[in-house]
Amino acid sequence: MLIAADQLMAARYQMALSLGFHIVLSCFGVALPAMIYVLHRRGIRNGDAEALALAKKWGKASAVLFAVGAVSGTILSFEMGLLWPGMMSRFGDVIGLPFAMEGIAFFLEAIFIGIYLYGWGRLRPEVHLRTLIPIMLSGLFGTFCILAVNAWMNAPTGFTVLPDGTVTDVDPLAAIFNDALFPQFLHMFVAAYAVTGFLVAAVYAVGMLRGRRDRAHRMGFTVPFVFAAIAALCQPAIGHIAGLRLDTQQPSKLAAMELATTTESNAPVVIGGLLIDGEVRGGIEIPKLGSLLAGNSFDTVITGFDQIPDDEEPPANVVHIAFQMMVAAGTAMIAIAAWWAWRRRRHGDSDAMFDSPWFLRAAVAAGGLAVLALEAGWTTTEVGRQPWIVYRVMRVDEAVTANPGIWISLAAMIVIYTSMGVIATKVLRGMARRWRDDESLDLPTPYGPSGELVTSGDRT
Amino acid sequence: VNLADLAAALLFLGVVAYAILGGADFGSGVWDLLAGDARQGAHLRSQIDRSIGPVWEANHVWLIYVLVFLWTAFPTAFGAIMTTLFVPWLLVGLGIVLRGGAFAFRKFSSSVREAQLHGAVFAVSSVVTPFFLGMIAGAVASGRVPVDGSGGLWTSWTGPTSWVGGSLAVLTVSFLAATFLAADAERGGRHTLANDLGSKAFWSGIVTGAVALAAAVTIEIDAETLANGLQTRGAALVVLSAIAGTATLVLLRQRRWAIARFTAVIAVASIVIGWGVAQYPDLLVDELTIDAGAGARSTLIGLVIVFGFAAVTAVPAMVWLFVLVNQDDWQRDRH
Repeated sequence: MLIAADQLMAARYQMALSLGFHIVLSCFGVALPAMIYVLHRRGIRNGDAEALALAKKWGKASAVLFAVGAVSGTILSFEMGLLWPGMMSRFGDVIGLPFAMEGIAFFLEAIFIGIYLYGWGRLRPEVHLRTLIPIMLSGLFGTFCILAVNAWMNAPTGFTVLPDGTVTDVDPLAAIFNDALFPQFLHMFVAAYAVTGFLVAAVYAVGMLRGRRDRAHRMGFTVPFVFAAIAALCQPAIGHIAGLRLDTQQPSKLAAMELATTTESNAPVVIGGLLIDGEVRGGIEIPKLGSLLAGNSFDTVITGFDQIPDDEEPPANVVHIAFQMMVAAGTAMIAIAAWWAWRRRRHGDSDAMFDSPWFLRAAVAAGGLAVLALEAGWTTTEVGRQPWIVYRVMRVDEAVTANPGIWISLAAMIVIYTSMGVIATKVLRGMARRWRDDESLDLPTPYGPSGELVTSGDRT
Repeated sequence: VNLADLAAALLFLGVVAYAILGGADFGSGVWDLLAGDARQGAHLRSQIDRSIGPVWEANHVWLIYVLVFLWTAFPTAFGAIMTTLFVPWLLVGLGIVLRGGAFAFRKFSSSVREAQLHGAVFAVSSVVTPFFLGMIAGAVASGRVPVDGSGGLWTSWTGPTSWVGGSLAVLTVSFLAATFLAADAERGGRHTLANDLGSKAFWSGIVTGAVALAAAVTIEIDAETLANGLQTRGAALVVLSAIAGTATLVLLRQRRWAIARFTAVIAVASIVIGWGVAQYPDLLVDELTIDAGAGARSTLIGLVIVFGFAAVTAVPAMVWLFVLVNQDDWQRDRH
């Protein structure tokens, strides 16, 4: 079946939009519970009321974030079928199992979030604290399952395709434990901590820039920032390991990342630059580094576009720019983390530690950089796999739906996701504003006209 | 035991769970829509918030469970259903996003006006979503989903059985929700509200029963295979549903909300299971059998193992959640 190119673009845009949206929220689902746990534990073990109050506030904020994350995740499961029926009909039973396992993680996460959010004052404090543990574990397990699917799309295994196209010899365990799994999983899992930590810290850095440098703000900054800083420090090594399989297993992705036009060992790294008419223009070339990074040796051969069929080339510039943006943002995050460590050594946890507007501005920027790195890294791996949906097994145009309604669904998604993003931000800011104005943590639910608000206390 | 049948049964277990648990959450939104202005509706809306707040996300996961089981165990059927029924699935998807988001947003709104706006979105999408899910069920049950996914973009899901499915879905979830909410309100010591909800449950139960009778006629004409199945293999379940439904109405009149919940669940579960039994062994009615649609054997075994794993992890957790929310303390206001 011949599918019009713009049909395919509409499907890819829609998938990119919904994944790009959900990936940020899923980071909160994975990483925020651990940060809440640290504060909640400090609150009840040390009798630290400020830490406990922060845990409670973050719990409430997460109720909004997790709700939007739950529904945007559901949309993705719809889109697997609505946009890519060709892949799901043929490979659903090859790669469905990790999705089913992720379902368990999703159940546990949703159940324990319900218990945690409504458990304040109703569960014994120690039991209540412990309900965060299954949430953290299900975030870990869920990431593993979802990345197993994505890694399989990059390194498909666990099946045989017969000459007539029939898929047979399905081995679901082999499909799950594919070659790309562990580095991809770790890279994403750690990224979730960097994104969540830097974003939450950025919120408190904004508060401190506006002069609110009380202990609660410092703690609200430091706990997530430390998580994120550690994550950011680990990422280059994990990312490097993730890249090591590309030269042999996914050369077209590597060629696009490095703008490799000719196949060679001692290949350079090009910083910046664009591929125009088959030639690299602009950019700074660092000799030999490309081969070293791709395979830990100057002798590593990087396949160039000269040996990749034209119709199997990913859009090189998108992949190259995205990859370099990720690396640049990651490097900047590490620099900001180092700046923090240096200030911390000098000042300790004092008011003076945060007496630098430039440091605070950098900390705010780290939140944005973390999201940028996340989206850019994800663009690198997804666009770098093009034109394949299942690498070297199925092309995206074989998988895409023939449904003409896809432009309408894309338009609807743009409108709805934009408004969801705006409204969620507005609601969260409204919560923060009311918490500032009034020390009481329980927000009244304004179901009645003002003057007779239904101020039941369990609006947790 | 035939492995494909077992996988289909596990899949259908998810359909039943979602119809009841997810259904009651949607139904709460239906009553939210009808609760009147901010003043009149304050108590009911607070009750809805209290009742579904802790559980709706967990209940929602049953839909994911169904989709995932479908594409893993029966990939071709999944492709066919999503392709032919593209439009209603899209509407269901939008409804789910809007409902979940708006429900969370309303809770933390800064003003009554803002809460009203989010509340309206939550309530309207709570009607729209089960309606289109019902239409989807009607399309599958009346044999309008061809295996190759070539069904008409609009005609496949707008047949008589789909309209019946959509209407019955909205009515059923409203009936369930009112019954559940009445019991919750009573336990929280809000007797006036409980009586009001009990009366809503009673009348929506009557309407649901009447529409179900009319539906039987429609199905007889429009969905032959399903009608045959309901009159033979599924007959006992249809009768059970009728008895449990009637018992619920009696219990509601006697204001025994807590017990009425159980009979209401039996009434709904048995008719949903009846649908499954009636179309057995077809997966897509008249188009694809369970055996023919089943995916790789190794994957089906894996899926059963995953289910077993879920049974020892997620199920106990779910039971704990339901035990907690059914404690009086969780239904009272905390001061």
